[in-house]
Amino acid sequence: MVLKSREDLKQIRVESQNKMAVDDCRILICAGTGCLAGGSQEIYNRFEELTKDIDSVSCEFGREIAHVGVKKSGCHGFCEMGPLVRIEPMNYLYIKVKPEDCEEIFNETILKGKPVERLLYEVDGKRYESQEEIPFYAKQTRLVLKNCGHIDAENIEEYLAFGGYSALEKVLFDMKPSEVVNEIEESNLRGRGGGGFQTGYKWRQVAKQPEKIRYVVCNGDEGDPGAFMDRSIMEGDPHKMIEGMMVAAYATGAQEGYVYVRAEYPLAISRLKGAIEQAEAYQLLGDNILGTDFSFKLHINKGAGAFVCGEGSALTASIEGERGMPRTKPPRTVEQGLFGKPTVLNNVETYANVPMIIENGSKWYLGIGTEGSPGTKAFALTGSVNNTGLIEVPMGTTLGEVIFSIGGGVKNDAKFKAVQIGGPSGGCLVDTDLELPLDFDSLKKRGAMIGSGGLVVMDENTCMVEVARFFMNFTQNESCGKCVPCREGTYRMLEILERIVNGEGKLEDLDMLEELGQAITDTALCGLGKSAALPVLSTLKTFRDEYEEHINKRCPAGSCEKLRSYVIDPEACKGCSKCARNCPVEAIEGVIKSPYVINQEKCIKCGACIDSCPFKAIAIAN
Amino acid sequence: MDFITIDSQSVPIEGEKNILSIIRKAGIDLPTFCYHSELSIYGACRMCVVEDDRGRVFASCSEQPRKGMVIKTNSSKIQKYRKLIMELLLSSHCRDCTTCHKNGICELQKLAYKVGVDAVRFTNNKETLPLDTSSPSIVRDPNKCILCGDCVRTCDEVQGVGALDFAFRGSEMQVMPAFNKPLAETNCVGCGQCRVVCPTGAITIKKDEERVWEALDDPNTRVVAQIAPAVRVAIGDSFGIPKGTNSMGKLVGALRRMGFDKVYDTTFGADLTVYEESKELVERIQNNEKLPLFTSCCPGWVKFCENKFPELTDHISTCRSPQGMFSALLKDYYRTQDEKEGVDMKTFVVSIMPCTAKKGEAIRDDYKTDGVQDTDASITTAEAARMIRRAAIKFEDIEEEAVDMPFGIVSGGGVIFGVTGGVTEAVLRKISYDKDHNHKALGEIKFSGIRGIEGVKETSIMLGDREVKIAVVHGLGNASKLIEEIKAGKRNYDFVEVMACKRGCVMGGGQPVPAGPRTKQMRMKGLYSVDTASQVRTSNENPLVRLVYDDMINGREHKLLHTR
Repeated sequence: MVLKSREDLKQIRVESQNKMAVDDCRILICAGTGCLAGGSQEIYNRFEELTKDIDSVSCEFGREIAHVGVKKSGCHGFCEMGPLVRIEPMNYLYIKVKPEDCEEIFNETILKGKPVERLLYEVDGKRYESQEEIPFYAKQTRLVLKNCGHIDAENIEEYLAFGGYSALEKVLFDMKPSEVVNEIEESNLRGRGGGGFQTGYKWRQVAKQPEKIRYVVCNGDEGDPGAFMDRSIMEGDPHKMIEGMMVAAYATGAQEGYVYVRAEYPLAISRLKGAIEQAEAYQLLGDNILGTDFSFKLHINKGAGAFVCGEGSALTASIEGERGMPRTKPPRTVEQGLFGKPTVLNNVETYANVPMIIENGSKWYLGIGTEGSPGTKAFALTGSVNNTGLIEVPMGTTLGEVIFSIGGGVKNDAKFKAVQIGGPSGGCLVDTDLELPLDFDSLKKRGAMIGSGGLVVMDENTCMVEVARFFMNFTQNESCGKCVPCREGTYRMLEILERIVNGEGKLEDLDMLEELGQAITDTALCGLGKSAALPVLSTLKTFRDEYEEHINKRCPAGSCEKLRSYVIDPEACKGCSKCARNCPVEAIEGVIKSPYVINQEKCIKCGACIDSCPFKAIAIAN
Repeated sequence: MDFITIDSQSVPIEGEKNILSIIRKAGIDLPTFCYHSELSIYGACRMCVVEDDRGRVFASCSEQPRKGMVIKTNSSKIQKYRKLIMELLLSSHCRDCTTCHKNGICELQKLAYKVGVDAVRFTNNKETLPLDTSSPSIVRDPNKCILCGDCVRTCDEVQGVGALDFAFRGSEMQVMPAFNKPLAETNCVGCGQCRVVCPTGAITIKKDEERVWEALDDPNTRVVAQIAPAVRVAIGDSFGIPKGTNSMGKLVGALRRMGFDKVYDTTFGADLTVYEESKELVERIQNNEKLPLFTSCCPGWVKFCENKFPELTDHISTCRSPQGMFSALLKDYYRTQDEKEGVDMKTFVVSIMPCTAKKGEAIRDDYKTDGVQDTDASITTAEAARMIRRAAIKFEDIEEEAVDMPFGIVSGGGVIFGVTGGVTEAVLRKISYDKDHNHKALGEIKFSGIRGIEGVKETSIMLGDREVKIAVVHGLGNASKLIEEIKAGKRNYDFVEVMACKRGCVMGGGQPVPAGPRTKQMRMKGLYSVDTASQVRTSNENPLVRLVYDDMINGREHKLLHTR
């Protein structure tokens, strides 16, 4: 069906709402990547099978479950507990569901309306029936992620039923392009991709270019290790992002758009593809949208997974089919971006913010978050934290609230040590930063950045030198190789860090790390290079003692393999020789029935002896 | 006028697009590897970083000048960064400087000295990569590449060839042809412009010197040299002679001291070319076929046309290049003479060329006569200079000597073959002489718009009542664009002169480096001065050419002087 006017859109929305209303009971199975990996497809199949059978004999089971809709929804965001199943209208949330649980859920909840107690979320002895009550969700403000987990991401009608495309409707019929730019500028929406650049200003720059061919590009090349905010939006609510891009196109006079998604996100790509096809079928994408003069075509471009392609000019080069390498600026992307034309380039989350700003107005938006950073921010909470997953909080929420109230504290009651914010480009926050509000300006002042929103929590068992080495290894692998400081400098920094974690570092190495780090930060060509040394510089500043300990051949966290030594306790050793026989390098010597000794020179630290000792006589010494 | 402050010096902004140009204007020669005014701004070497009054550090090559900026180019921080960047570059560079062909003329070496690197604190643990010696023209040594991308951009942006690009990422990045194919199997035309811009020994000339030394040593071999026009104004660069000076006489003397039996001037071949090519042009115009006629002197262009526009190869003149014509003639001359006198001697023709592509031309099948290669070794100006150095000859002090007879007179028109527009000018001189038999036309031709450095130049001449439309293009990128326009019917010509290298042979891939803007200018000027000072300005006034046609060629033009 082709929507030719505002009335057509309104009508289809009402029809969609009616269609949803007939679903008396909805089983929502999370189909986010995490839950899919946990087997949610099988659960979905099982439920479909169960309900199909019942449907066929519906006369026997009465009317109360006449229509059971089974939906594949996007990420619920409570990844630690997946696969998740949510039953509406009762709002029961079941965690860690297995295919064999489906029948019980069906019998108890669908047929009788009762919760399956053992599948409910439980913390501190309290069971939570509904998702909204669980502290993980209760403390969040889900605006961008509002639909994620609640609507069928593969069905445009559900998006329409939930008010989708009403922002597009509003701008097309009630606003001039310049008014849209003004509204976004007044909302002070800042780019969620990392830099926090003013979105409205960017749009204004594009709108005023003399060149009339313009592009709207969405950066979905989320490459930070541990980040999945944008993926979740593309998977769970693709139309919201598309609608945001269309508003941007209308505001800036663009006719065509590209979504640049990494090929490692197959689900996001297929959901986006489906969403674009469905929108095209309604002619919500295409020529003369809703009968107006506004036309917009949207393409998907798969990136090959190069981190550097998240940088604007590398991204546009990649879309053009060139090697993904940042270029010097000026000209800026707003002047000469994709194919040399003025280009609006924002990330997924930024576009997903747009429809609600248009619908509710900039004043409403300014009421959320902090003065300098209005709105909410999605974070991917991972690492050593009890509740990992996707969260959304108002800007300005403190780090402590995120880790302890929402995240439920550090895993295994270990001591909180640090959090890496913003991925490999970000910085390290420590226990003295727990009161720090998470917003663009506070973090910048602290020498860190939100980045795209990765939060990796680390506890006392994490070695900070190893963390620095990990991120440096990542950036070194992902450096495009263009500019000398990033290409050669990160290579040398990694070389030094590897030396240090292997216990071969020297004290001068720390000065060299600082010298290189400073030079790279100041002289590299692009943002990736300029921030490449930050994890090292920030850990070197806060945890210098840990670096020094490594130089003294000791890893305080006990995690660096080369610095560990395996020791046999002579008291506990019975001299059974089992360890010696299991040692692959013949590093254990001794005489039967008297304590054995490990030759540290020969030992390769594989741990085979610990596993083989029947008397628990072997331990790791730091 | 707006000003910016550079190291407490107030400098006007006069339309410069970047701060680096203003800094250099202010007399501070900031080091760079990847900045070339003729190429796009790449911003990769970061050697040109400067600091502003707020402590912001940025690359001056890619920063627009704004009124009132305060720039420091030499703060201790900036100096430290420059030195460290240099150290990082050196740390993964194969530093066998003393045995490198670029020793002494290496930009990396020079800048390391300028920047004052006193130690490299990192070890080079890069794997040694194999050399690519497949091309007859150039050798690629990836171990010496500093990834400045100058070759990549030159090949793509200036030459429109794109045989080289980057592969792999991060510290594993390399410059290579697609799929790391040997250069000989790519669309490389051998022009050597990549070698001209390469700051290190990563791209060098494929050397043919040893074969020449061996021939010189053999008592049964007569070694004959021919020297191309553009060589005379460039070889002096290697010996500290002022840029653009005509060193032809010295070179002749040096070659004789090295043991060459006879030394000739390729300009004689150019004079023959003028005869053959103008005849071909007039014939094609009369028959109205295969127009425009493209020149064939430049082997880079010929190969480019064969690769990219195979449908137009028929339009290329069937004339061999001056090197080809002259070598064939020399081989034929000595063979006839030896037969007559009953002498059993081999003749080894060495051409000294400003060009790396000539090496490829020399081994082409259509440059063989009766299946025998006419040019035995084609060496570049840079190789000739190296040979003179190896022979320990004090080039700068050598007495000037004249070339040998019977080919010892050449025309000024032939000499300017070495600069863009020169072939056309020489052909025009011949055609108008044939028409009017006077010299008045020379001045008119000079100012007809075919001199100068614009990418495409146009002129026309009346042949009877037929207007002959002419274009002169240099740089393969420019040529490619022009041809596309010709194909699209947007332009229409009868004669098109193409030189693969910008400015023509004076800036050929085999000339001494480095060659900055002044060198380029002086070399062009040098050739025009030789022409002006010539007794004989047009090819048809060269009395020896007539003799050669009558006594030696005897109607065998297509065997000796043409490719078919």
